[in-house]
Amino acid sequence: MQIAARESQGGTILDLSGDIDLAHSPAMRKALLGEIREKRTPKVFLNLKNVRYIDSSGIASLVEGLKASREIGSRLILYSLSNTVREVMQLSRLQKIFEIYENEEQALSS
Amino acid sequence: MKSSNGKGRKAYKQFQAHLLLRLEMRSNPEALCLVRAMLDRAAETLNFHPAERRAIVRSVDEALANVIKHAYEGKSGMPIVVTFRRLCGQNQKTCAGIEVLLEDEGVAVNPAKLKGRALEDIRPGGLGLHFMRQSMDEVEFGRKHGKNQLRMVKYLAIPKTESGSEGE
Repeated sequence: MQIAARESQGGTILDLSGDIDLAHSPAMRKALLGEIREKRTPKVFLNLKNVRYIDSSGIASLVEGLKASREIGSRLILYSLSNTVREVMQLSRLQKIFEIYENEEQALSS
Repeated sequence: MKSSNGKGRKAYKQFQAHLLLRLEMRSNPEALCLVRAMLDRAAETLNFHPAERRAIVRSVDEALANVIKHAYEGKSGMPIVVTFRRLCGQNQKTCAGIEVLLEDEGVAVNPAKLKGRALEDIRPGGLGLHFMRQSMDEVEFGRKHGKNQLRMVKYLAIPKTESGSEGE
């Protein structure tokens, strides 16, 4: 899994790629919570377009990030979910809990 | 503890299980991507549709992650054996599904605690078991000879009949 960060309109975009599984979800969790809790970034965007696989530990990290963002009043925004990620979101019944957009343009203008 | 979507043992007894692959691995999270890749290819070979393949891969991956996290409490290098069997009809030509058996020597699983969490309870964790039960036709936990055993079965969506009597 790879994580690349770039600045955007009032926030940070984390471009994630590869597999978010038991081996790699701790790195995503660290990056995500670092943006939210330490940097207190008002908007954190997660670009999931190139995520091939996500397991329950990856979903757990996203939920933790969502809770952390709510605690400090910031926003965690997901976009460009791959079929695999969307399927797992639906299985978890979390697709309505997260702020999810089809693409980057929609996410940034939200 | 047993779990089934209704097909269960009754369906399973109609088929013969033939060894497809026996994998001896260690409780290293880095190995999970290799198992996923191998299993996806195996399921494709058995004519599972892409969504079914993802379901099988997801279930086995979650089960292995649970073994690493809970049975071995995160300790790496511990033994896990995964056996894949092809379920066949009586003339052994048609494939009806796949059976996966995981065995580990970790802390005994307590069936009473294998509940996962309510999906309405939004918090990190507790989803792996839910994924497995949602994705597979049979999920069965047990303990034998000092080892935890997890048996999972996924049937092909439309079993091919040989004599007209199978898969009914």
